[in-house]
Amino acid sequence: MATFTQGSVSIEVDEDGFMQEPERWNEDVAAALGTTEGVNELTENHWKVVNYLREYYLQFGVAPMIRKLCKQTGFQLKEIYELFPSGPAKGACKVAGLPKPTGCV
Amino acid sequence: MAEKSPQELIQIDFTPPPRNWMNPAVDFEARRGTWSYPAAVKNLDYLGMPNPREWSPTDLDWKLPPNWKQIIHDGFEDLLKKYRSLKIFMDICVRCGACADKCHFYIGSGDPKNMPVLRAELLRSIYRQDFTTMGRIFGSLAGGRELTEEVLKEWYYYFFQCTECRRCSVYCPYGIDTAEVTMMARELLNLVGLNINWILEPVANCQRTGNHLGIQPHTYKDNVEFLCDELADVTGIKLDPPINRKGAEVLFVIPSADYFADPGTYTFCGYLMLFEHIGLDYTLSSYASDGGNFGLFNSVENLKRLNWKIYQEARRLGVKWILGGECGHMWRVMHQYMDTLNGPADFLEVPRSPFTGTVFSNTASTKMVHICEFTSDLLRHGKLKLDKSRNDKYRVTFHDSCNPARAVGLLEEPRYVLKNVCNHFFEMPENTIREHTFCCAGGAGLGNDENMEMRLRGGLPRGNALRWVRDHNDVNLMTCICAIDRATLPPLANYWAPGVEIAGIHELVGNALIMEGENERTTDLRGLPLVPEKEEQGDV
Repeated sequence: MATFTQGSVSIEVDEDGFMQEPERWNEDVAAALGTTEGVNELTENHWKVVNYLREYYLQFGVAPMIRKLCKQTGFQLKEIYELFPSGPAKGACKVAGLPKPTGCV
Repeated sequence: MAEKSPQELIQIDFTPPPRNWMNPAVDFEARRGTWSYPAAVKNLDYLGMPNPREWSPTDLDWKLPPNWKQIIHDGFEDLLKKYRSLKIFMDICVRCGACADKCHFYIGSGDPKNMPVLRAELLRSIYRQDFTTMGRIFGSLAGGRELTEEVLKEWYYYFFQCTECRRCSVYCPYGIDTAEVTMMARELLNLVGLNINWILEPVANCQRTGNHLGIQPHTYKDNVEFLCDELADVTGIKLDPPINRKGAEVLFVIPSADYFADPGTYTFCGYLMLFEHIGLDYTLSSYASDGGNFGLFNSVENLKRLNWKIYQEARRLGVKWILGGECGHMWRVMHQYMDTLNGPADFLEVPRSPFTGTVFSNTASTKMVHICEFTSDLLRHGKLKLDKSRNDKYRVTFHDSCNPARAVGLLEEPRYVLKNVCNHFFEMPENTIREHTFCCAGGAGLGNDENMEMRLRGGLPRGNALRWVRDHNDVNLMTCICAIDRATLPPLANYWAPGVEIAGIHELVGNALIMEGENERTTDLRGLPLVPEKEEQGDV
């Protein structure tokens, strides 16, 4: 496990840079993780996705279905890729501090 | 995604390296993209498995227990006592090489240690040295070699470069089950804490929640309801599938990705539509919420503990028999292991279709029927109202998912269903289908992103066959009956045969089913127009 440090943010991350202690997530962590995903500034639209993911995760304990993410945020999948170049699972979920989904996915 | 282009990746050098194969050397740093990350400490801890620690294959020190050699030796001895098959597979191979060029990983990498015979030899050489008289006396002259840390590292590399697809076994004159050789090697690796996270995290999740994704009951219900809402937008009919309903006739078990990830979610909708259409008395379960079982890719113990919930839930809910969805490796487990692992399920009845009266006597022991058997029987008896033309935009081929094809022999049923629900069906070349099918190269726990180069290399034979039907028959959809396939084939197709989409068979069934009281259908289950607009047609 590696430590990712940027400014005042210092968190444990896995090999792909996903944070390991989701309870330590905050907006500064999101901004710092964003830079590792080619997102240098989190705009209102980024936050709309991140906040939805965050709320969903706290309620359900996993990442939402991508279709649900699109429907609830009003963004098409293509638009999510524009916001987070690595896509919803690897980009947006990482910034929102969610663990990677595993299995037949 | 992989950095190398298909043109680069296809430059495969089949010249064996000059050094003696017995001298192991894997440069993990140079081979990034062809191996998987180790299991996280939390997952080994959760499962109570040996030697949890932080480590990386690129480290010099793999932090093995000090007595690792004794542990492996004793473990090997145990396995040989327990499984007569292992001893036979170790002794019987004459190294004829019939399997050598049958492995998708060998074809795509040119690495001789990906020849199934040589991969097995990595284990067999230790067996000879430690457990045969000839090997003990003559050592390397008798094909034996000493177990060193380098040998162990090589095991980690190559036994997690086998998808347990068993294509090689089809050609073996002795019928050696090479998947079981890999399974045994992984058992040994477990003993010293060498295992991969893409297997152990799903196993830990599955032990905790009943499914690989870690979906809890309230999330399960929410996902199912969301998909039913989406489906109502297409058909105008709102389904309300029963979950954990006691007294249902049938328990329906599916891979968890079917209610989580596209395109499996469309297959899921297809199942539900079918059951509504015929009025099946069934229930889903938020506990038996994964037919898939990554324990199969790890150890018999984990396989058994994850599988246990299927019969347990069938008993709790009081169903008569079990129906299973489009999952690949689940059927290796259900068909070949479940009965002896957690059976006999003598509290269940021999499955009988309530609509046709057909008794599925082939499942008299396991009590579990594959959905393709069930649906093809319905079709044969004319029980479904269908409009095949709704799938007319698709020119369809079928990828025989390895385990249903080679472990269950489910070759005709999926084709029978497909030909009944779509008008344009084309086979890939005959040496790449049915029991000769080529793997998606992401099965047995290898379908992770860090292993993408190896997946694409191993995906070359399947991709090449797909490209052939795309170019000759304008195929634009490859169907399959496996959730790992539905996750791993999209990047494979995108890389080797761009323009071909991936779908489960029951997605096409759902498209074609004429539901009572439905709206006029203008879109398919994906919400896309049934008749594509002109400019989109040119895309294919």
